[in-house]
Amino acid sequence: MKRHLISAADLTRDDAVLILDTAEEMARVADRPIKKLPTLRGLTVVNLFFEDSTRTRISFEAAAKRLSADVINFSAKGSSVSKGESLKDTALTLEAMGADAVVIRHHASGAPYRLATSGWIDSAVVNAGDGTHEHPTQALLDAFTMRRRLVGRDAGLGKDLNGRRITIVGDVLHSRVARSNVQLLHTLGAEVTVVAPPTLVPIGVESWPCEVSYSLDDVLPKSDAVMMLRVQRERMNAAFFPTEREYSRRYGLDGDRMAKMPEHAIVMHPGPMNRGMEITAEVADSDRCTAVEQVANGVSTRMAVLYLLLGGSEPAVTTTSTPRIEESK
Amino acid sequence: MSKILIRGAKVLGGEAQDVLIDGETIAEVGQNLSAEGATVIEAEGQVLLPGLVDLHTHLREPGREDSETVLTGTRAAASGGYTAVFAMANTFPVADTAGVVEQVWRLGKESGYCDVQPIGAVTVGLEGKQLSELGAMHDSAARVTVFSDDGKCVDDAVIMRRALEYVKAFGGVVAQHAQEPRLTEGAQMNEGVVSAELGLGGWPAVAEESIIARDVLLAEHVGSRVHICHLSTAGSVEIVRWAKSRGIDVTAEVTPHHLLLTDELVRSYNAVYKVNPPLRTERDVMALREALADGTIDIVATDHAPHPHEDKDCEWAAAAMGMVGLETALSVVQQTMVETGLLDWAGIAERMSFAPARIGGLDNHGRPVSAGEPANLTLVDTSYRGVVDPAHFASRSRNTPYEGRELPGRVTHTFLRGRATVVDGKLA
Ligand SMILES: [Zn+2]
Repeated sequence: MKRHLISAADLTRDDAVLILDTAEEMARVADRPIKKLPTLRGLTVVNLFFEDSTRTRISFEAAAKRLSADVINFSAKGSSVSKGESLKDTALTLEAMGADAVVIRHHASGAPYRLATSGWIDSAVVNAGDGTHEHPTQALLDAFTMRRRLVGRDAGLGKDLNGRRITIVGDVLHSRVARSNVQLLHTLGAEVTVVAPPTLVPIGVESWPCEVSYSLDDVLPKSDAVMMLRVQRERMNAAFFPTEREYSRRYGLDGDRMAKMPEHAIVMHPGPMNRGMEITAEVADSDRCTAVEQVANGVSTRMAVLYLLLGGSEPAVTTTSTPRIEESK
Repeated sequence: MSKILIRGAKVLGGEAQDVLIDGETIAEVGQNLSAEGATVIEAEGQVLLPGLVDLHTHLREPGREDSETVLTGTRAAASGGYTAVFAMANTFPVADTAGVVEQVWRLGKESGYCDVQPIGAVTVGLEGKQLSELGAMHDSAARVTVFSDDGKCVDDAVIMRRALEYVKAFGGVVAQHAQEPRLTEGAQMNEGVVSAELGLGGWPAVAEESIIARDVLLAEHVGSRVHICHLSTAGSVEIVRWAKSRGIDVTAEVTPHHLLLTDELVRSYNAVYKVNPPLRTERDVMALREALADGTIDIVATDHAPHPHEDKDCEWAAAAMGMVGLETALSVVQQTMVETGLLDWAGIAERMSFAPARIGGLDNHGRPVSAGEPANLTLVDTSYRGVVDPAHFASRSRNTPYEGRELPGRVTHTFLRGRATVVDGKLA
């Protein structure tokens, strides 16, 4: 695996399967009475958040702590674009503090890439969501969830998502979750279709490894998993769609539509959900919806990512795990 | 004043000749001229061009002297072989009054490296609402004839129409920065395959093309001439070609960077590639080269846009738009137009000196290299190959997209009215 996780496209099929397999090992730890591994003891993980996201931050925080890393939360909301502290100065500060990994969330697309490649910092960089670019750990936890549900918890080990038909619905244009998922799911052998009103599909989508459809009803019967993206209500003010009602009529998932899906098919949502907009309460609360599971899987998946970036080659879960010291520091 | 003999240079890339400068003028052009009383510059193999003229330079003074001043900008211009630059109006304060344009004009005179011809803002504060005192700027000591809100588009069709009409009274021209503002809200890069992957806000080609289409039709309707700044798309080329075939009085410029670089470079998220209009696709680059060669695009203009390091050394969305260009323009044009066989050096002289001087109404620049003409000259070692090192720039800013890139050609001497501003590649 590479030293950083910036884009889902950085992962080979084998990298991704290794992460998912490792995440399964991590998930088993979560079922133990003591949920902690000593693997990253002595290492420091910084959660650098330029954008509010309590959900993602606590997920990474829980992941790092279960691996016994020291966690520093650094909230730099809004300070970058204004003439406050720049991304570069923040990076130099973290470097001086001896961060071994920086988990960065930023409102600007490409900020994690800049952080990893500008020579400002030595540590591993994990993209926790940048602008409308990517959110690779979300895609990994989604793939983990799909593999468990569609292939099986134990049966899935070592396997990818070959031939599974995954549909991603909603504001693809502004969605980092969609970008990362399309890349990763393609790498894992899935057949991906994105569904959205044409206004919410990016110009240039033809280079993506997926199909594009404007009709949810056409695609639902041919889907093994349907991922509903959050759609911000404000988008209608920029004329991306006429009204909320019209959006949910055409692209929202309700009970009737869910009934058109194959019986085994699941409904996913990265959260937070806009109930009544892209998804009805009936669907959100049904046992086909994996939204809550995805949150739990997020911790295991992020443990796997941190472990593989920082811990290296040893098995993650052993009875005599020794603390590892990062040599480059 | 002393005499200078430039010996054996290929004038406009043609036959080797001697050129004798006496005082501020070219005294003689011919074979085996006498070197008596003259300083001799051995120029065998080098190409002698009329001093270059840049219709689109941001000198930043007044207001952003941390990025460039008239002095540093004109030193950069001389290094790049320029003898005249047109200074864009988007300074602080905006060059929308006779007072500000005269200030810039005076600073240019004092610099002594290159003539500075101020451009006046079309509208007060570049706000696109009310016409600036265009006539007063023209009547001032700065004799402004080119008007532009560059950086912003004159997007209101009525304001644009009136400006086009009004400046006819004194032979002025409006230079349009074609960018439909609503189509480019939050725009960060060319809208296409790369922006879709990178998740950066798209700057669609149609935002440029729709304004150009509107403006050539307006120019036709009111019988005015219009100049289009930094054309960047294949579609814009088609519109200008159509307009010219229809007899519309339109001229257009292209920047060196749009002749060489594409939006693929944005994948690095390195903000040195952030510029407005944005880098486009390979197809656009090829169309622009072809259009410059066939005359659809009249000139090369640098859009030299200096920015301090901290405005580029940051995340993409927070970075300023623009690239410095004066010191690399001729090299980029040599690589993209001469070495590809699309233009010869006479063609370069036309597009980087004669035509820009003509469009901007400068009488003493862009003149033939012949006896009696002002001695504004640029001598180029076209066989030189070198790697761009911004540490050697005369500009105060270093925001070049060519750092570390090998480019051909080097300006060895620049003469402004007979005085050498650059000697052996160094500022005099
Ligand atoms: Zn401009």
